[in-house]
Amino acid sequence: MATEFHNLQELRHSASLATKVFIQRDYTEGTVCKFQTKFPAELDSRIERSLFEDTVKTLNNYYAEAEKIGGQSYLEGCLACATAYVIFLCMETRYEKVLKKISKYIQEQNEKIYAPRGLLITDPIERGMRVIEISVFEDRGSSGSSSGSSSTSSSSGR
Amino acid sequence: MKNCEYRQIEPQGLGTPNAAPPPPAGANDADTRAKRRRKWEVFPGKNRFYCDGRIMVARQSGVLPLTLGLIVLTSCLFFVFDCPFLVEHVTSCIPAIGGALFAFVIISLLQTSFRDPGILPRATADEAAYTEKQIDDSASSSYRPPPRTLEVIINQQVVKLKYCFTCKMFRPPRTSHCSLCDNCVERFDHHCPWVGNCVGKRNYRFFYAFIVSLSFLTAFIFGCVTTHLTLRSQGGKGLITAVQESPPSCTALELIVCFFSVWSILGLSGFHTYLVASNLTTNEDIKGSWSGNSGVQNTVNPYSYNNIFANCCAVLCAPLPPSLIDRRGFLPTQESPPAAQPQVELPVFVGKSDLTVV
Repeated sequence: MATEFHNLQELRHSASLATKVFIQRDYTEGTVCKFQTKFPAELDSRIERSLFEDTVKTLNNYYAEAEKIGGQSYLEGCLACATAYVIFLCMETRYEKVLKKISKYIQEQNEKIYAPRGLLITDPIERGMRVIEISVFEDRGSSGSSSGSSSTSSSSGR
Repeated sequence: MKNCEYRQIEPQGLGTPNAAPPPPAGANDADTRAKRRRKWEVFPGKNRFYCDGRIMVARQSGVLPLTLGLIVLTSCLFFVFDCPFLVEHVTSCIPAIGGALFAFVIISLLQTSFRDPGILPRATADEAAYTEKQIDDSASSSYRPPPRTLEVIINQQVVKLKYCFTCKMFRPPRTSHCSLCDNCVERFDHHCPWVGNCVGKRNYRFFYAFIVSLSFLTAFIFGCVTTHLTLRSQGGKGLITAVQESPPSCTALELIVCFFSVWSILGLSGFHTYLVASNLTTNEDIKGSWSGNSGVQNTVNPYSYNNIFANCCAVLCAPLPPSLIDRRGFLPTQESPPAAQPQVELPVFVGKSDLTVV
């Protein structure tokens, strides 16, 4: 059922949530933030494998960039120590800058690729950087109810 | 209204009387009457929040007031009683150095105490259900399975991830659940009562800066007080007279506090310097996770870069990750998970109250 949702608002209001898929963290390289690129079975019919893998790989690259220990992070660390860490109150750290880039990227991916296929990616930062939550929506454009759970309970009550 | 009272009397209705009566009207009134709540107000862990969520401490502040009090008191006594004499007889840099050290110590202490140490937010209901399903799919028995662990391989080392029953998730590596704060903390080092907070990924560098600068400060004050007394007694008056001249209780107090502090704080700094250089946490060191004590042979620390400089940089100069709990964010005003439950139970209550009324 490939129905066209024209924008994210339409997706949220006219579709009902079928299931959620959680992409777990990949800890093989230690505690760095990296997500598994294994393609979940639930998305088999909804999105092409290559698009999904591209999204996860790009996110992993962004997180690696944020957590990279190199020249800039040493400078930030030394400067912060010299100013008794007061500078953290005034300055936005590199990590925060990259997180903003990530949320823009996720929004863009949702608008261009995932929403047209009835999927929605939640920014991992909202889930404690533990999972990438992908909400899978069913095509229920004709039901007109905004919340799937209330419609099912009212129907069972009657 | 009678229906509401009947629902309240019924035992099953005790949990949901507030939500069961007209939800749409009630919700709107609540929204307009009260302002939107922030997430820190419903935080499940045992933490206290101040300044509208900007500052957080553990529920039991431990001996943080004592720590602050001791440091401030000793430093004030130093500045008031020793500095004037030393400026006159030695050098005028002494108050400047003392002041800089004191400021650094207080700022590091406050940064350690009031920052989020790296708390992991608890799993959402959907995520917990998904994880449960994954565990149940892999376990075939019908009774409750044994403590759940997940094995991952990090740098050719097998690491077991434990399932946290409170937070309903598999703990990432190096994460531990603090029972005092009731939170899972990333790269958990220890819960420090002196600082009144857990020490974890986000505030370890401040904690390290605090103990190192405090050891310098106490050593500096100890040295200055000793110099002060020596110089006074060298003026031909003898040590007893010297102690009697400068207010005796103050000097004695400074000496005692600094003497005991120097050894303990210096020891702690040395221990933590060793931990930083080998990229270990206090938790791992105490449990002997990587020293082969747990019975598994050939265990090495998989997180270490095997280079002291690289380890120090990784621990102290790595980019500071943001707080994951978003304590100042606003709660969503509608479609919150608890609202779904009374709506599901609603038909049952409607049926029962109809029966009782009739």
